[in-house]
Amino acid sequence: MAGQSTYKPSNGFTKWLDDRLPIMRLGYDSFVDFPTPRNLNYWWTFGGILTVCLGIQIVTGIILAMHYTPEATMAFNSVEHIRRDVNWGRIIQGTHAVGASMFFIAVYIHMFRGMYYGSYKAPREILWMLGVVIFLLMMATAFFGYVLPWGQMSFWGATVITNFFSAVPVVGDAILQLLRGGFAVDNPTLNRFFSLHYLLPFMIAGVVGLHIWALHVPGNNNPAGIPVKSKQDTVPFHPYYTLKDGFAIVVFLIPFAWFVFFAPDILGHADNYIPANSQVTPTHIVPEWYFLPFYAILRAITFNIGIPFTDITFIDSKLGGVIAMFGAIVVLFFLPWLDRSPVRSGGFRPMFKWFFWLQVISFIALGYLGSKPAEGTYVVFAQIFTAYYFAYFLIILPVLSRIETPKALPASISESVLKVEAKSATTA
Amino acid sequence: MKRMTSFVRSALVAGLVLASGPALAAGESHGAPAERQDWTFGGLFGTYDENQLQRGFQIFREVCSSCHSANLLAFRNLEEDGGPGFTEGQVKALAAEYTVQDDTIEDGERPGIPADRWPNPFPDEFIAKAANNGVVPPDFSVLAKARSIESPFPIWIVNYFTAYQEGGPDYIYNLLTGYHEEAPEGVDIAPGQYYNEHFPGNKLSMAPPLADGIVDYEGDEVPETTEQYAKDVAAFMMWVADPHLVHRKETGFKVMLFLVLFAGLLYLAKRKLWTDVAH
Ligand code: HEC
Ligand code: HEM
Repeated sequence: MAGQSTYKPSNGFTKWLDDRLPIMRLGYDSFVDFPTPRNLNYWWTFGGILTVCLGIQIVTGIILAMHYTPEATMAFNSVEHIRRDVNWGRIIQGTHAVGASMFFIAVYIHMFRGMYYGSYKAPREILWMLGVVIFLLMMATAFFGYVLPWGQMSFWGATVITNFFSAVPVVGDAILQLLRGGFAVDNPTLNRFFSLHYLLPFMIAGVVGLHIWALHVPGNNNPAGIPVKSKQDTVPFHPYYTLKDGFAIVVFLIPFAWFVFFAPDILGHADNYIPANSQVTPTHIVPEWYFLPFYAILRAITFNIGIPFTDITFIDSKLGGVIAMFGAIVVLFFLPWLDRSPVRSGGFRPMFKWFFWLQVISFIALGYLGSKPAEGTYVVFAQIFTAYYFAYFLIILPVLSRIETPKALPASISESVLKVEAKSATTA
Repeated sequence: MKRMTSFVRSALVAGLVLASGPALAAGESHGAPAERQDWTFGGLFGTYDENQLQRGFQIFREVCSSCHSANLLAFRNLEEDGGPGFTEGQVKALAAEYTVQDDTIEDGERPGIPADRWPNPFPDEFIAKAANNGVVPPDFSVLAKARSIESPFPIWIVNYFTAYQEGGPDYIYNLLTGYHEEAPEGVDIAPGQYYNEHFPGNKLSMAPPLADGIVDYEGDEVPETTEQYAKDVAAFMMWVADPHLVHRKETGFKVMLFLVLFAGLLYLAKRKLWTDVAH
């Protein structure tokens, strides 16, 4: 823990408890007295927002599971039963479905925040890597969840995505059958996906616990990217950040509620209101929007890799695509060691800033391309942006750390905020 | 404050761009571009028009239900709040006109009661296929949500702000009014198929179900035209697919009002707390 514990049990019972299980002390030190940099901006509220998202998904999900039937001939209608007949069912189901999208909006902002302010750098590498683990678990959870309503997109999405695994050499087909519980996506697939969809959120909750633990050892990074030096640099988490986070959470809930109550289907695909049918393939199988950038990377690899001018292929395009897609996430694990610049915050890195925003734009462009058919110029652009995605991590960041001259850093957090205040006072 | 506005600006942009994926994903060109219609249930304040739902139900009952099922529609739904607003007595009488299958009683058949689901027009899929050029007429329960129309850029962005959810009824209206008497030059239409400019692939195995004057509306204010029928039945199908739309939106207003006020209060409290803390 950063700093000494200042918890004082207020009565006999809490004293008794504290001597046996200092859980009140843990809570107090972590969420009340926790010294937090005073200069955190609103991008730092997304961790709290994500915690709320996770809570909403778990609570609404448990209620849905009480009424849902994980069986291929009944699943579709059981979801409709929830929407139509269960008290508040339309709203609970809508919250869960919209909640998945809101969760991903928040997590992408949270991750790009970390990338801009260099929050992945020492001493927060583990914190960052746990984040990447959470992200992987979230993607798996969302994928399993989308299969459960057993509509056309559920079914065909499951078919396409499980099919990736058949690209793995030697054991591919065995993995594929294990995932599907048979040769094709069918009732056994639905059963195991339901089971996993119920399991993974609790694993996420566990890893989030570790994530916050790993946060509370070094403490928060901050927009200036410099460490806390004295008490002047911080304020206690409560009430300063409980209130600020609380405000941000409620603001975040406004667009959330907008979708739930006024447009619950706008984030989904109309085809998923058609019951799954293994005999009819939809004209375009598209994953949910939050997978689109990675889907674009998958489909950007349209060429085999082998010895040029011969027929020898080491990696065919299918396997290449799968490697690229998973590689796009695996590379994040290495980010702390790829970016060697001692300066954390992008605000003090004149060159980095440009490449960072280009990466954001490129990622969004990949999302757009993921929604388009993989043909013609779409593929060419997807290849360009995929190349940039990897180049950013593997070439640009390592090189920048050598050639860039960062701006002078403020001496301390309190000095940096006083400067900002003084500046706005003179301009006002 | 300045920092906050720039934050809000970037957050909006990011959220918007991220949220825009599915619209793009859904935007795949099939038939001719469909024209949007005015719906009473569109937009934030939209609610179903009881009279329109009743007319739509009449068309469904007299025309469409001879081929299309509506498995999730129960007679009792017709009297529920936010729907066509039939009375309990009307629904009871209506249900009793139908004979329903019931395996728990001796002959396996009895007159319908309000709790029964809408009876299927065909005993099974094979018979349904045989009667319809080899295609099962799709079930109406959620059909209005299983179809949509394309929104070109930048309209699909606007959709998020207007909460546009009426792609299904828009498509159905266009489909029902989009038949051509003759297929264009060079398009081969097999017997049992009909040329429709809005159907993906244009060859639809449903004969034009509507024609001017085929359904007799009570009174004479409402025109008895194909267009009017198409609109009414599309609205009815939307209600079948989304029976709690009105309640959902009403709740939404309360929730939004609460959230906005609560956010305002929190903002003021937060600002007061932080006034003397440079940050
Ligand atoms: C004679 C039987 C018959 C009648 C009556 C009928 N339909 Fe159909 N309908 C069909 C068949 C068959 C299909 C499937 C066509 C295909 O997929 O080619 C269909 C398909 C549809 C579709 C889906 C088109 C698509 O995009 O897949 C809609 C919507 C529809 N009908 C609406 C109606 C409405 C509204 C009415 C009443 C006004 C109606 N139908 C009356 C037989 C019928
Ligand atoms: C369920 C998902 C997640 C939850 C609930 C969560 C929660 C939190 C919380 C509460 C904080 C502290 C407040 C803040 O800085 O915003 C935080 C910080 C952080 N998170 Fe996450 N997180 C999640 C996912 C992720 C992911 C996917 C990543 C990256 C891949 C990540 C990386 C980080 C980093 C680097 C920090 C430290 C930021 C700093 O102090 O500058 N998190 N997280």
